[in-house]
Amino acid sequence: MPSLAPQLPQLICPAGSLPALKAAINAGADAVYLGFKNATNARNFAGLNFTDSQLKTGIEYAQSQAREVLIAINTYPQAGRTAEWHRSIDAAADLGANAVILADLGLLEYATRRHPNLRRHLSVQGSATNFEAVNLAYEHFGVSRAVLPRVLTLPQIEYVIKNTKVEIEVFGFGSLCVMAEGRCILSSYATGESPNTHGVCSPASHVQWLPKGDTLDTRLNGILIDHFEKGEPAGYPTLCKGRFEVDGDTYYAMEEPTSLNALSVLPELMRIGVKAIKVEGRQRSPAYVGEVTATLRAAIDAASDPRYSVNPAWQQALGKVSEGHQQTLGAYSRPWR
Amino acid sequence: MQLTLGPLLYYWSRQATLDFYAAAADWDVETIYLGEVVCARRHELRTADWLALGSELRQAGKNIVYCSQALLESSSDLSSLRRFASEGGILEANDLGAVKIARDLQIPYVAGTHLNIYNGATLDWHQQAGATRWLPPLEASQASIAATLLEATQPIQTEVFAHGRLPLAFSARCFTARHYDLSKDACEFKCLEHADGQLLNTREGQPFLRLNGIQTQSAACHALINDLASVRALGVSHLRISPQAQFTADIIAAYAAQLTGPTASAVDWARFNPEGLVNGYWHGEAGIRLEEIA
Repeated sequence: MPSLAPQLPQLICPAGSLPALKAAINAGADAVYLGFKNATNARNFAGLNFTDSQLKTGIEYAQSQAREVLIAINTYPQAGRTAEWHRSIDAAADLGANAVILADLGLLEYATRRHPNLRRHLSVQGSATNFEAVNLAYEHFGVSRAVLPRVLTLPQIEYVIKNTKVEIEVFGFGSLCVMAEGRCILSSYATGESPNTHGVCSPASHVQWLPKGDTLDTRLNGILIDHFEKGEPAGYPTLCKGRFEVDGDTYYAMEEPTSLNALSVLPELMRIGVKAIKVEGRQRSPAYVGEVTATLRAAIDAASDPRYSVNPAWQQALGKVSEGHQQTLGAYSRPWR
Repeated sequence: MQLTLGPLLYYWSRQATLDFYAAAADWDVETIYLGEVVCARRHELRTADWLALGSELRQAGKNIVYCSQALLESSSDLSSLRRFASEGGILEANDLGAVKIARDLQIPYVAGTHLNIYNGATLDWHQQAGATRWLPPLEASQASIAATLLEATQPIQTEVFAHGRLPLAFSARCFTARHYDLSKDACEFKCLEHADGQLLNTREGQPFLRLNGIQTQSAACHALINDLASVRALGVSHLRISPQAQFTADIIAAYAAQLTGPTASAVDWARFNPEGLVNGYWHGEAGIRLEEIA
């Protein structure tokens, strides 16, 4: 059972499907976040996400156990099609979601006007990296919470928290966007589709896996993202996680395939007043969601103990599901390079 | 349509920067955007220097707009931005925090390309908040910009990023420091050694991106030189030229000539932009594509 101690941050887990939602709730998530099966959702992958009826079932399941469902409508409405996004907000309100997670100011304005009693969170795609940005969203749209991009150090997060009334949510585990969310159009540069416009990054429809004898090339819209020799584990060609040549060196010029893991700084995140810890992974399996949720639940429940240390079993469990089996503190660690 | 000179996205020595803007005073640009957009560690010119430079260029008859960083993180980032706002009189906001500061001080702002304005309702919101001009997202096509302007309820000046390497992404990590195996906080200011950033090629030698500190750019140069008729048809008021280490003056001259009527004189774009020209975004394609105009 999740601890209800008020000082603990909420554990917010991803649900790309109804089984994943149930896995998260059963493993102790305080809330799940999810999205509709359409372009309003920044994780708009084939075979994932929720129809209205699945969502109704999911909300009933979560709320019957006093947990919450947050609905991410966090892409940017494309001009001429805004009605689709408005419908998604209306549906979230009608179905009784606990909050909507929005990035676009026009949508925040719509939600504030049409559904004043529906809690509003500022999505990580809104790229609020400082208290002034968070306070703008508070003053104009009454946001209750803001999710900070994965670019801030702990002191920078603390500085935001000290200067705003808005609850602050940060990422604690999952695949690492090395770029500031909402500020990256690499995907559309290469393929025409980006998180802001289509809710996708490095879309599978543009990916090619090309074996050549014992080796393998991965391409995105024809652009070579990486080349793997025999025996090298081949990763999905997310374009910032390939190997490229810069001034004669060939290396992971932007980012290795790796996962963010903030277990070691949980007490610090709690001390500075973070109100919610988010797990990335709406495109991952229910088994992944269950495993990560159970591990983070145990860690958060233990983190208020002054003798807290990271249990090796937790690291092992998270290591198994990490991208490229590597983990990093990312921006939480200042010398990150 | 008027030409503008976008903010300098690279890190040059103080003298090189001042020389560049001394020359720019004579270029055919109506507005010059000043300030550091990319990285707070770049301080060959400090806030007071940028403000002084702006005053000089205003005396030379240029409109001056001070730009906010795209990622505003620290208290010093915010305090120098407040100073730009209160002393400089107008900001280009590339971050909601910059919008907040402009509103608090009740000064007009240019809604920068990194604010993600993809629809009319959001554009209206910015206009009510004090935006007098906007730049669409770099990835917005002409159709998307037209639809946004159609949805908006008030007319507003529109500036498009017309020529330059596209600033595609911003990160917590400094890729230039990473290349040298240095930490971001002890980067030895290696960006000073790369006046146009560092070219990133695929493993088969295709120029793809360009590393510029915490910013990632396109290797190729986005160029609307052959699309000016469709740009004009949208009612765009300003065309932005993004500075590069060489040939910025020539590029501005080429656009100025093209605006006064298609000229017979051929421009050697391969010399100005050896990684090639692209315009896919304008045509609703991948940004890396080049659509030939018949």
